[in-house]
Amino acid sequence: MTNSTNEMHQGVEMTTAAVNPAPDAEERVKVQNPIGSQTKEALSLENEEICVETKDFKLYYGDKRALHGINMKIPRKKVTAFIGPSGCGKSTLLRSFNRMNDLVDSCRTEGEIIFDKGDIFHRNVDVTDLRRRVGMVFQKPNPFPKTIYENVAYGLRIQGIKKKRIIDERVEWALKGAALWDEAKDRLHDNALGLSGGQQQRLVIARTIAVEPEVLLLDEPCSALDPISTLKIEELINELKEQFTIMIVTHNMQQAARVSDYTAFMYLGDLIEYKDTDSLFTNPEQKKTEDYITGRYG
Amino acid sequence: MSSDEYTHHISQRYNDDLEEIRTHILNMGGMVEKQVIDSVQALIDIDSGLAAQVISTEKQINGFERQIDEECTRLIALRQPAASDLRLIVAVTKANVDLERVGDEANKIAKMAIKLSEDGALPRGYIEVRHIGNHVSTMLHQALDAFARFDVQQAAHVVKEDKDVDLEYESAMRQLVTFMMEDPRYIKRVLNVMWSLRALERIGDHARNIAEQVIYLVKGTDVRHMSITKLEEEGLLDNNQLD
Repeated sequence: MTNSTNEMHQGVEMTTAAVNPAPDAEERVKVQNPIGSQTKEALSLENEEICVETKDFKLYYGDKRALHGINMKIPRKKVTAFIGPSGCGKSTLLRSFNRMNDLVDSCRTEGEIIFDKGDIFHRNVDVTDLRRRVGMVFQKPNPFPKTIYENVAYGLRIQGIKKKRIIDERVEWALKGAALWDEAKDRLHDNALGLSGGQQQRLVIARTIAVEPEVLLLDEPCSALDPISTLKIEELINELKEQFTIMIVTHNMQQAARVSDYTAFMYLGDLIEYKDTDSLFTNPEQKKTEDYITGRYG
Repeated sequence: MSSDEYTHHISQRYNDDLEEIRTHILNMGGMVEKQVIDSVQALIDIDSGLAAQVISTEKQINGFERQIDEECTRLIALRQPAASDLRLIVAVTKANVDLERVGDEANKIAKMAIKLSEDGALPRGYIEVRHIGNHVSTMLHQALDAFARFDVQQAAHVVKEDKDVDLEYESAMRQLVTFMMEDPRYIKRVLNVMWSLRALERIGDHARNIAEQVIYLVKGTDVRHMSITKLEEEGLLDNNQLD
């Protein structure tokens, strides 16, 4: 008798247990089925926090105008790609964001680039500090002819950090961030020039992020790398955007399509079309954009 | 985006490949269209010879389907098409499936024609078959025409027409059901006609799908599951092309 009540009791418990998960399951379905919400909420610049903004930005090399008044807003912690044929001004624009063009004698600018509430061309701006906050990685990996460790520690030492413990930590953090730690941890004091091209490029990225910039400028970071290294860098970009605002110039359109959230198409010094990457690559509004990304002549 | 623009690529081979895919899908469309017309004719005339001919083209259509799919896959792998080229490939892949299904439906009608030729003719239902048959084969023709000319207007017209076919199908069903109730001896044969009408109605749906792909390929807007009023609201039914 007792047994049977027990069994019955258990039976009841089992049914409630079986019934109970239902609401959870429903919620799980909701969570697992974000198709509607995700596809409909297309990325839109209006919903983004803006990190950098250019206002009617013009740039001249001598008499020649290379940029004809660029107005664009770069969203924070997103990847923005610049595409366009050679000589369209995309690298020039990218270099302007940390005033790399100051090094070109004949170069002159008009208009503003607003970063952290101020114009970066204002005379009170400390360019060294700007370049710390807006880091840059170039087409060809350019590590210093020093050890891997010293390459990453270099920027920290310039900042005046002397404690070995802090530098050790930051070097490890930066190398991990650049997905190089596992390959380099046993050879930190070997010369950096002994690394492969792809590793060198990741080392340069580690060196750049070690000083904790806010913005990362990547000028063709993969064009000298093999496909596997390229994929590693692309994967890295995807992880780095959690922390940094990233701008990338690339000639590889599929790469722009893969890594970026927003894409800007430039042509002869003008910004032709700038919107979320998915729309730009499936349904561009401008004929020039269409012709370029599909490989047509205009 | 107009119908000749896909030939302006820097790579001539890319142009040729796209042109070839487009030619193949339109050829396949032509064959399927003929299948539909012949199967309806076979049913109306109770012509089992014509019906057998329809059934025999089925293999060829299937071959086309596989070939077109293969060509599209190859192009995606080799060229990574973007924008309108990508939309063309996606549209072709989908229209390909629809066309093959239309072929299957025509096949079903042809089989019904053979059955009816064995079971004996039927006094009712042919007018409906002829009428709906004409309607859907015109739709199919227009959808393919719109595909060939990248004509959004024509495609939108086909999308609208499908609603009429659905209404005609429902009313034909009601009449045939009444007829069966009046004279149960004909149930078996009337059912064959009903299956054929059902197949024709499905062909209308496929023609609509193809037309929707044309709108997608030209405008870049996915108009599937959109009401006609919504289409008009979105301004998709007027002829503003990509400029």
